[in-house]
Amino acid sequence: MGDWPGYLLLILQGTWVTVQLTVMGCAVALVVAFVAGLGRIAPWPPVRWLATAFIEFFRGTSIFVQLFWIYFVLPMLGVSLTPMQAGVTALGLNVGAYGAEVVRGAILAVPRDQHEATVALNLSRWQRLRHVILPQALPLMLPTFGNNAIELLKATAVVSLISLSDMTFQAQIVRSQTGNTLVPFVTILILYFLMALALSTLIRRIERRVTRGLDGVR
Amino acid sequence: MQWDWEFAAEITPVLLSGLKVTILATILGAAVAAVLGLVFAVLRRSSNRIVSRTTSFIVEFIRGTPLLVQLYFIFYVLPDIGLRLPALTAGVIGMGLHYATYAAEVYRGGIEAVPRGQWEAAKATNLTARQTWINVILPQAIPPMVPAMANYLLAMFKETPLLTAITVVEMMSQARIVANTTYRYVEPMTLVGVFFLVISLISVVGLRWLERRFGRAPR
Repeated sequence: MGDWPGYLLLILQGTWVTVQLTVMGCAVALVVAFVAGLGRIAPWPPVRWLATAFIEFFRGTSIFVQLFWIYFVLPMLGVSLTPMQAGVTALGLNVGAYGAEVVRGAILAVPRDQHEATVALNLSRWQRLRHVILPQALPLMLPTFGNNAIELLKATAVVSLISLSDMTFQAQIVRSQTGNTLVPFVTILILYFLMALALSTLIRRIERRVTRGLDGVR
Repeated sequence: MQWDWEFAAEITPVLLSGLKVTILATILGAAVAAVLGLVFAVLRRSSNRIVSRTTSFIVEFIRGTPLLVQLYFIFYVLPDIGLRLPALTAGVIGMGLHYATYAAEVYRGGIEAVPRGQWEAAKATNLTARQTWINVILPQAIPPMVPAMANYLLAMFKETPLLTAITVVEMMSQARIVANTTYRYVEPMTLVGVFFLVISLISVVGLRWLERRFGRAPR
């Protein structure tokens, strides 16, 4: 029972894995969100259908099922992933599908005349997006992205079930080694909460940053 | 590995029996969430600073931590203080508590959307706090909340596989049991995915109907 510093170290190692999962998951989710979200409003119907199918599929099935499918079924189809890769893939695709709807909504919320003005000014498709639409759409996306990031952080706990040694997994190990349930679980609950707070603070800071210079617009 | 239709047909009844538990857990969890969420929302509006601050903190804390860990907490820690719950009960309480914090936000939005004049009129006609809530505020606040609530119901349904971690034998557990005894993962895992997808897609149609019926789209 006595070796608490050792057990704390174990949990902190798990914390590092959870941080890695969250950061990489968010990175994948962000890319997926923009690709699928832009695909959803692309001018070519097949691209739109593909994006819609992707989004509905990943929003419609549970993250848990997706993770197990990626980890246990894909190897039988010849694609073997480490638990970390499977975790990042599942988290990124799942949260990315939710993010895609946010991207789509924010872009459609930019007033129509802004779109028309870019056409009138003869900007290329990329220029319209980069210089006119996205700078206005991004501030609309951020608050929801913040919530999604926290959802992703919370979803990382699920990977402990495919034996990736994240914070939850390590807490279970401490529980089985010490027989004490209260301390490890309270410790990780607090750590998760602190991480969620850190995430929302970070998002608020980014929000202030991207809304700078938009005062006259909205 | 080949997809085996015969095997898939063979395990479908087992999975469907798990689906019953899944749906039961969802409905019970939703009931807990709906009631507790309202309690949270009302306590948060309390004029007593200590009550409202404490409630806010609890709600934020539950929202900021993973459901899986909360389930472990309820299932493994509570027995230490003499409260031993059956797995399904622990799961329903855990899910209900977790989603109550989301429901509380929806209630808050709905309650704040009731015009100020209604509160003032209730005060002017000398209604008690209880009468004000039950007869004036809630009947106006609840219908616009329905689509958002249904959204969370669907989200909760998709989180029920987590119950497998605290030994509730729902659909995902059944699939894992089948997979572990037959060493065939493709069919059970895929079928579970398909069942979830089918129910979700049907629910989305229902959700669209609710949105039309009750006007406001969820934010």
